[in-house]
Amino acid sequence: MIDKFVRSVAEAMAGIEDSSTVLVSGFAQIGEPRALVDGLIEQGARDLIVVHNTAGRGREGVARLIGEGRVRKIICSFARSRGSVLFEEIYARGDIELEIVPQGTLAERIRAGGAGIPAFFTPTGGGTLLARGKETRVIDGRECVLEQAIRGDVALVEAWRADRWGNLVYRDAGRNFNPVVAAAGDLTIVQTQNVAELGELTPEVIVTPGIYVDRVVHVPSGDPPVVIS
Amino acid sequence: MPNWKPWTREELAVRVARDIPEGWSVNLGIGISTLIGNYIPPGREVILHSENGIVGMGPAPSPEKLNPWLVNASRQHVTLVTGASYMNHADSFGMVRGGHLDLCVLGGFQVAENGDLANWSRSENDRAPAIGGAMDLAVGAKRIWVVMEHTTKGGEKRILKRCTYPLTAKNCVKRVYTDLAVIDVTEGGFVVIDKIPGISLDQLEELGDAGLRSETGVAGRDGLR
Repeated sequence: MIDKFVRSVAEAMAGIEDSSTVLVSGFAQIGEPRALVDGLIEQGARDLIVVHNTAGRGREGVARLIGEGRVRKIICSFARSRGSVLFEEIYARGDIELEIVPQGTLAERIRAGGAGIPAFFTPTGGGTLLARGKETRVIDGRECVLEQAIRGDVALVEAWRADRWGNLVYRDAGRNFNPVVAAAGDLTIVQTQNVAELGELTPEVIVTPGIYVDRVVHVPSGDPPVVIS
Repeated sequence: MPNWKPWTREELAVRVARDIPEGWSVNLGIGISTLIGNYIPPGREVILHSENGIVGMGPAPSPEKLNPWLVNASRQHVTLVTGASYMNHADSFGMVRGGHLDLCVLGGFQVAENGDLANWSRSENDRAPAIGGAMDLAVGAKRIWVVMEHTTKGGEKRILKRCTYPLTAKNCVKRVYTDLAVIDVTEGGFVVIDKIPGISLDQLEELGDAGLRSETGVAGRDGLR
């Protein structure tokens, strides 16, 4: 019987090695696997390359992982955003490497990683600073940039419901990077708000087939924080 | 003192919203652009896209209808309209990059007469900039309109022959809405198609660093007034 559920976050994070590339899903704190990021902080792996849309907010989650000096390099589309204080402190000291990637290119590089496409040409970034040092080619009259796929040794995902095969569905805007991140990890770890019996998630509604998923842990963490702007 | 009154942010948003035809799929960037969604005329079906995987976004919710799981790309809580759908981030940007959006309205630092856009970084030496989805949108949408103040608060010019800030994308801007004028970007340079009362074309030109032609009342490149 296939059963990908583990009993604790600690068990879910077991075995992650130093120098791993870790993909972390989430957008605006929604669909962000916070318990798993906290679990990674506890677990202790160092010298990580982290791929996430931002360099973290405030002093929690990815920002805290960076703050504890565990991240060698961050690959993101927003390094500086409201409340990215910890990253800015550490970046100013030269203690972290930064790769800025257009958000669509970031999502597509992760998708390509999961789909076995080693690299692709895109007009996004053509003729800009972000094309520097990259191979370019004019295709159909447009300057295109060669972008490399991103694959994770580890992928961290938050689902709304999961069954024991690791089939996943997401809630509202909590889907965001999760399906592509789930597909691009050699070890894909999921925290799920709810547990479903096998068969309860019907074939039409499953967004991520369990084949992509290695471990699932039940973390009923509740609603994401309400944004007050 | 000039004897004209610039459009306010709200007036600008209303002006842009008025020009979006029924049936268009549209991505609205941050800043003034986000306001545009509030001013689409009632009954006109315009489909709003958000980079974080939403097609069919509605206005901000009333407090009792707020869904903590539903924000737009500017991290504001939003609602869905009937017919809306969700996608993952790669599909959402695939929709952008694949040319499926009729329009994206972006903020700008500078726009050049060749359609170049600079809206993400004020210096090559900015060590930790934020690009977000601007480059994907600028390259991918069928047309780019830029909404920005005509000059900076300090009076620096933003309507230029060539951008001096790092580019977001080359030759992508079709139209600029400023607080003083609506300007099409054409093969032959900037063409003013509307301006606020009391300002002359010469006065407008002096507030930029590029030649302007006037075709007030003439349909622009998009066939729109």
